[in-house]
Amino acid sequence: MVGPSGAGKSTLLALLAGLDLPTGGNVVLNTANLSELDEDGRAQLRAESVGFVFQSFHLVPSLNALENVMLPLELAGQSNARNAALEIIRKVGLGERWSHYPAQLSGGEKQRVAIARAFATEPAVLFADEPTGNLDSRTGANIMELMFELNRSSSTTLVLVTHDQALAERCDRILSLDIGKLVGDERVAR
Amino acid sequence: MKAIVFALRSFRRELRSGEVLVLLAAIALAVGALTAVGFLTDRIGKAVARQANEVLAADLRLRSQEPITEEWRDLAHDYDLQTAETMSFPSVVFNGDESALATIKVVSDQYPLRGSVRISDTLFGEQRAVDGIPAPGEVWADGALLARVGADVGGTLAVGGLDLRVSAVLTYRPDQSIGFASLAPSLLLNIADISESGLIGEGSRVRYALLVAGDEQAVSDFNEAISDSLPESIRVRSQEDSSERAYNAADRAQRFLSLTAVISLLLSAVAVAMSARRFAQKRMDTVALMKSLGATQGFVISTSLVQLILLGVLGIVAGSVIGFVAEEALSRILIDLMQQSYLPETGLRPVVLASTSAMLLLLGFALPSIIQLRNTPPLRVLRHDAMPPAPSRILVGGLALAAVAALLYRSVGDARMLLILIGGIVIIAASLYLVGRGMVALLGRARSGVGVAWRYGLANVARRGRDSAVQVVAFGLGITVLLLLTLVRTDLLEGWEQTLADDTPNHFLINIQPHEVESVAALFEANNLDRPNFTPLVRARMTTINEESVKEREYPNEDGKWLANREANLSWTAELSASNELIEGEWWPADYAGPALASIEEESATNAGLKIGDRMTFFVAGREVEAEIASTRKVNWDSFQPNFFIVLSPGALDDMPTTYISSLRIPDASTPMLVDLVRAHPSISVIDLGAILEQVRGIIEKASLAVQAVFLFTLAAGIAVLFAAVQSTIDERRFESAMLRALGAKRRTVFAGVMAEFAALGTAAGVLASAGASVLAYLVATRLFELPYEFSPAIWLAGVSGGVLIVCISGYFAARGAVNARPADVLRGVST
Repeated sequence: MVGPSGAGKSTLLALLAGLDLPTGGNVVLNTANLSELDEDGRAQLRAESVGFVFQSFHLVPSLNALENVMLPLELAGQSNARNAALEIIRKVGLGERWSHYPAQLSGGEKQRVAIARAFATEPAVLFADEPTGNLDSRTGANIMELMFELNRSSSTTLVLVTHDQALAERCDRILSLDIGKLVGDERVAR
Repeated sequence: MKAIVFALRSFRRELRSGEVLVLLAAIALAVGALTAVGFLTDRIGKAVARQANEVLAADLRLRSQEPITEEWRDLAHDYDLQTAETMSFPSVVFNGDESALATIKVVSDQYPLRGSVRISDTLFGEQRAVDGIPAPGEVWADGALLARVGADVGGTLAVGGLDLRVSAVLTYRPDQSIGFASLAPSLLLNIADISESGLIGEGSRVRYALLVAGDEQAVSDFNEAISDSLPESIRVRSQEDSSERAYNAADRAQRFLSLTAVISLLLSAVAVAMSARRFAQKRMDTVALMKSLGATQGFVISTSLVQLILLGVLGIVAGSVIGFVAEEALSRILIDLMQQSYLPETGLRPVVLASTSAMLLLLGFALPSIIQLRNTPPLRVLRHDAMPPAPSRILVGGLALAAVAALLYRSVGDARMLLILIGGIVIIAASLYLVGRGMVALLGRARSGVGVAWRYGLANVARRGRDSAVQVVAFGLGITVLLLLTLVRTDLLEGWEQTLADDTPNHFLINIQPHEVESVAALFEANNLDRPNFTPLVRARMTTINEESVKEREYPNEDGKWLANREANLSWTAELSASNELIEGEWWPADYAGPALASIEEESATNAGLKIGDRMTFFVAGREVEAEIASTRKVNWDSFQPNFFIVLSPGALDDMPTTYISSLRIPDASTPMLVDLVRAHPSISVIDLGAILEQVRGIIEKASLAVQAVFLFTLAAGIAVLFAAVQSTIDERRFESAMLRALGAKRRTVFAGVMAEFAALGTAAGVLASAGASVLAYLVATRLFELPYEFSPAIWLAGVSGGVLIVCISGYFAARGAVNARPADVLRGVST
């Protein structure tokens, strides 16, 4: 999803993920009508089939990297959360730093933890809200590489909000928004 | 279960990150203060009560006209209690041909169990406290008795079949009655001598007593155990049912200490409330994140609750240790200052109490915000301004108020007082809030005419609107309490001590015959002392009330029955004594000459079920006197003036056998004249009140010392409140100052702005706190302590300047870090 500031990208993302409810219309996520679910129901749905990566990382500061990754696994009720979390944290290249707390990690490392956390539950949909917005361009590029790679290997649907046209070009479909309206829908040929 | 694991896992880290330290410190300080105050009030209260028990020379006294059988003494020993036996009876004492009636007080070794006997080596000489009793074959005699029979220390007195050597002058025994009934001076005698004396035979008027003392709980258990099986001839008396002056003073001391405990409680409540609010706010981001990751409301609430309770437990453990250590240290100092070898031990009760209180406060103040956390919109992860709806004000206020009220009720123990206190708190908080809002509006207009720093500061106050008002309330409450603790407390203590002014009488003269009045007065004038006042006294027995025999009548309680059936001391007067206050009815005119009227002390009227218009008949020296109750009075028994339960109108007791009593102050230098007085008027008894006065004064001083020691703790809690208030805005301040500096403001300008804001807040809080403290002080003084209260301008001066100073200083330390933080670090944000 691309568009200028205030276009409504984040609002749409929030609606798609069930973080907020539309005042009109319906959002159907993985066959579930979000408006028909109560808050706990939507939370349950997110735990089972949604992952998030945020611009400002949003790690739990009181948990270390591994525990942050374990959190959604535990919320989804998975046994053996620790081993699964360790495996994915190795995949994002933080195998040595799993016991560090967010405050001890660099921006890029924090986002890697966030990505590991997002993919840990192998969600059907991954929502990423300007995941490179707080990173320098080189780190950002590395992070995006990692995301696309994980996206491919786990066949997740990735919904990416970005300002970066180059990044948008790497997606299969580009939706353009402006002042709350959908103004473009472009399929990128591979 | 998942929630608990998660809560435990992140708790350790949250502790280390320091985020929850403010709340933890507030809880620990609350528990510490409450524990220390609890321990101290408990122990000091017990020490004071024990001192009050001196009037019985024991904790419990069993008295009978017949010998008290050994089973009771053995039972007391079974309860691990100390016992002593006494007998007292009137008997004539001889020195050669001279003789006088004396109260013979026979005591066993352990006497007195509470308090101590004082003796001196010469008549009206320097007195000293002694352990122990006269050796067998020796006596300690009242100075008046020695003067009357012309004996001196070292001489010999004959009592019954015994010749006993006078080894000292008895100046004070703790259980000496200062009523007017004990006409005869006493002679203290060892119980070992009594069997040979032949004094105790058939029909002798001996009052036997078994004194009991020991651990408070054991005494009360013992009292309970005997209450059913005790024969009717034995009357039990404990300190609680004594209306003696010393107990009054002890009771007041307890109230002072309770007041201190209440204040600590309030301060702790404010500190906990503010940091609990911050705790909930700080958790909002984490809760939103967890919800976006799929956590349910139940999970979010459980983790927050588990962490809150963990915090509470940790704070309680830390606080108990602090409180315990502080209490040990303080009580060591107090033992020294109070010149007591020990303070009575207390159990762990104060710890339990303080812990329960802190937990109750924590839950009462934090629970609504924590519960509301579950409604934090997960949208907050994308839009930081998304907030949960504020918890219901009724729920927040109700729960907090209920928690505070429950705890206050425990301390105050009196529903009326609780209402006054809570009413005061609510009124102050509400008016502080309203004026805070008003001020915020005013400042919003004022800021166009001032410099940039003030404009920034005032704009801050105005922009934060509700928050500014809340801060004014918090600071205002803190300052109110500090004012109450410092200025008002001093005023109250002074007022209390003034009830025992320097001209308080220190001697009673009793049994003055009418023909002796003039010569006694002359003797005082000859010694350059003021002419004493003489109060008439007629001994009478009440026979009927409204034509019903006093013996058959029903009474609301035992005290009333006792009052109606005992031999009464009546007096008459044209004018109401200065230490009396008319409660109901009318006082008779100064020249009243009609049928006899009576004025009765209000408490005894209630006890005996007497009201205005009731008719009492007295039997006096073979004649009947009938009087109608015209008024009820309140009597200040602390005044040491002669006072009577029943006073009649002039003329009612004319021609009845009358003696006079007088209370007067005799300077130490003039006491030798008392020897002349009792030699010239052998029938007059002189009662030295000095020792009793000293006892009451001692209790007051100790109590005020204790209150001041406890005050240190309360002060610490007060400062914690102020810091918690500033702390709650620190994140915001850090960000704002960084932003201003990034915009090119000098550090000094930013700082001046922050200080301007604090000065404005401090002034508002100070003004309102001064008003609040004045009102509360007035209520506490007049309603609780029954002392006169004068409004003091010092409160206002201290309130406002203290408000500005304290808020600015706290603000300086709190904001220093915020202002000095590197703008770049702050503005880059707290992305985690």
